[in-house]
Amino acid sequence: MGYSFPEEVLEHVFSFISLHTDRNAVSLVCKSWYEIERWCRRRIFIGNCYAVSPGIVIRRFPEVRSVELKGKPHFADFNLVPDGWGGYFYPWICEMARAYPWLEEIRLKRMVITDESLELISKSFKNFKVLVLSSCEGFSIDGLAAIAANCRNLRELDLRESEVEDLSGHWLSHFPDSCTSLQSLNMSCLLSEVSFSALVRLIARSPNLKTLRLNRAVPLEKLSTLLHRAPQLVELGTGAYSAEIRQDLLSNLTEAFAKCKELEGLSGFWDVVPFYLPAFYSVCSRLTSLNLSYATIQSPDVTKIITQCPNLQRLSVLDYIEDTGLDALSLSCKELRELRVFPSDPFVADANVALTEQGLVSVSEGCSKLQSVLYFCRQMSNSALTTIAKNRPNLTCFRLCILEPRAPDYQTLEPLDHGFGAIVDHCKQLQRLSLSGLLTDRVFEYIGNRAKKLEMLSIAFAGDSDLGLHFVLSGCESLRKLEIRDCPFGDKALLANVSKLETMRSLWMSSCSVSLGACKWLSQKMPRLNVEVIDEQGDLDSRPDSCHVEKLYVYRTVAGPRLDMPSFVRTMNQNPAYRR
Amino acid sequence: MDQIKRNTLNLFEDNDHLTTELRLGLPGSDDQPEIKTTSLSSNKRSSSEMGSSSCMDENESTFSPPAKEQIVGWPPVRSYRKNILQVKKMESDTGSGIYVKVSMDGAPYLRKLDLKMYTSYEELMKGLQDMFKCLIGLYSEREGYNGSHHALTYEDKEGDWMLVGDVPWEMFISTCKRLRIMKSCEARGLGGSL
Repeated sequence: MGYSFPEEVLEHVFSFISLHTDRNAVSLVCKSWYEIERWCRRRIFIGNCYAVSPGIVIRRFPEVRSVELKGKPHFADFNLVPDGWGGYFYPWICEMARAYPWLEEIRLKRMVITDESLELISKSFKNFKVLVLSSCEGFSIDGLAAIAANCRNLRELDLRESEVEDLSGHWLSHFPDSCTSLQSLNMSCLLSEVSFSALVRLIARSPNLKTLRLNRAVPLEKLSTLLHRAPQLVELGTGAYSAEIRQDLLSNLTEAFAKCKELEGLSGFWDVVPFYLPAFYSVCSRLTSLNLSYATIQSPDVTKIITQCPNLQRLSVLDYIEDTGLDALSLSCKELRELRVFPSDPFVADANVALTEQGLVSVSEGCSKLQSVLYFCRQMSNSALTTIAKNRPNLTCFRLCILEPRAPDYQTLEPLDHGFGAIVDHCKQLQRLSLSGLLTDRVFEYIGNRAKKLEMLSIAFAGDSDLGLHFVLSGCESLRKLEIRDCPFGDKALLANVSKLETMRSLWMSSCSVSLGACKWLSQKMPRLNVEVIDEQGDLDSRPDSCHVEKLYVYRTVAGPRLDMPSFVRTMNQNPAYRR
Repeated sequence: MDQIKRNTLNLFEDNDHLTTELRLGLPGSDDQPEIKTTSLSSNKRSSSEMGSSSCMDENESTFSPPAKEQIVGWPPVRSYRKNILQVKKMESDTGSGIYVKVSMDGAPYLRKLDLKMYTSYEELMKGLQDMFKCLIGLYSEREGYNGSHHALTYEDKEGDWMLVGDVPWEMFISTCKRLRIMKSCEARGLGGSL
């Protein structure tokens, strides 16, 4: 013991280490560091709620203050995961309520959380401060009322993109008058009206409120009232941005925005009436973040806004911005880090919107700090992709969605292998990539050889054979999440790379060519993987091993097969000890 | 510091622990979500059943969807995003629009008309003339009622009766609550000197 630091010193040193990856590394140094670290870890991140059980977590980390959990796989966002698949928060809250009385923060993504769980949260943790429910479902306004009523020190309530059953909207009034701690409120996903007077009173008594995201039902006429009560806001999400054309309304709104000297981020903008856009021009020079992805305004109006935002770092828009708007963006917004362009009319072959690959090329030329791209378009070429790659080797996230599956290079009619190959070749720090268009096995060879920092890869309607999948699994050293749909990948690649799967968080394959027999074999070979077959046709037991499975979800776990599966999900684990 | 238990260094703890673990959230527990009935998730069940079955090569849907053949979950756009734009389209296509009552002096019954079906005053006039089989004139300072026997007025949001045609079309349809086709001799008082 003579030559080791006292535990208190080590603990103090560890308190400066916050990233969970660093914490994990620390705990691997030696047994005593593992012990000390586990007692002083305050924040846990669990990227797959089924990778570990609540009991294991609590046993290892007894003094946790903040929990972050993710449930369903990413493709659940696009309706590929059937209802009832899982991702329930209830088992977690039951155990945490007992084990972590001092819990302060819960952040969930793609999980199912009930009103009962919300009520349990609100009553179990005296010092509860932060609740973030991202793309969650299963709860209603009643659950929110419980949180509002019982969490005395609530700082942050963020319901981003969750589905909330809106029975009768009155939950804001459940915040007691004594609650003045609110700093962040995001209710943009709520469909029904909230009590405006309750909202105003809440805002008026929350001097530290920095983020407020309203829902669509809050009318524009009332926005200035809210802004007058909260001129300290840093981030604002408007409600519907439309009203009758009235000069006095415009003046009021302009005046209200002018008072908000701290405003840096804007979002909302449903149903925009362009007449009212100038109201917030005064804050544009300060804006770092702008989300216009619900605003169905045309290119001139969008351009007018963004040319006034020289400090813009994050922009989300609809493809109404068109190439001309993106040209303007590339000239005006030199601080741009992240661009997302969404399709206004995704199901129509020809949407009459002049947005092409050229817009993205312009932005890649003009915006030298651009790191993250999400781009929906209808045409792409290898030369454009190569230009983008050469312009922006600092890209870390590149997600391209060409709307038509298997669309080739529109100029040469060739596959887009070379273009994406250039992306992974030049962008050596690329962490996330989504592919689209016509692609052969060759693009996967490029990716496997070059994309050494790639952590997440999304593939759809691509490839020719198992070789494609094999290149990825054997080559991408940093790969954590792989999601594939509608590709001719089958058993061979999977079974040749079984140990790779344990180094990843998860693998999703739907509408591919993986056989039931391969799933069974994989599961037997790798006991620390859950090999879940999702099949809604109902006769899985009677199907031959050669039959292809609909959907396959494979993830590493220390908790064994889960027991909360619906009938259409099976874990291919033959071990009778797990059968109940 | 308290006595610290010695655990193994193995970060993936032994599976033996599982047999003594509390298990919660068993199938059939009240944590199962109900079948959704909200419009946002109307796609969920049926579309996954629409997807390819295991033994098919092609993934094309066998159901016939509205515009073009839609593939489940493609393009990868979140459903709340799709719904917002679809709602906008619906409002402009099928006109869950602005229905106002239209009365005509001397006619026994009122009619109802969707202002969103029109994009200008001329179109509105034409539509009304077809509906009521009459001739309506837009008032102008120079020409009066253009020789017709009827004039078109509307009640605005503040309850005032106004002459149709003064304000820009967009503003008109957002303030118009009902329409009245008056005899032009009675409408004369609205227009000022004649």
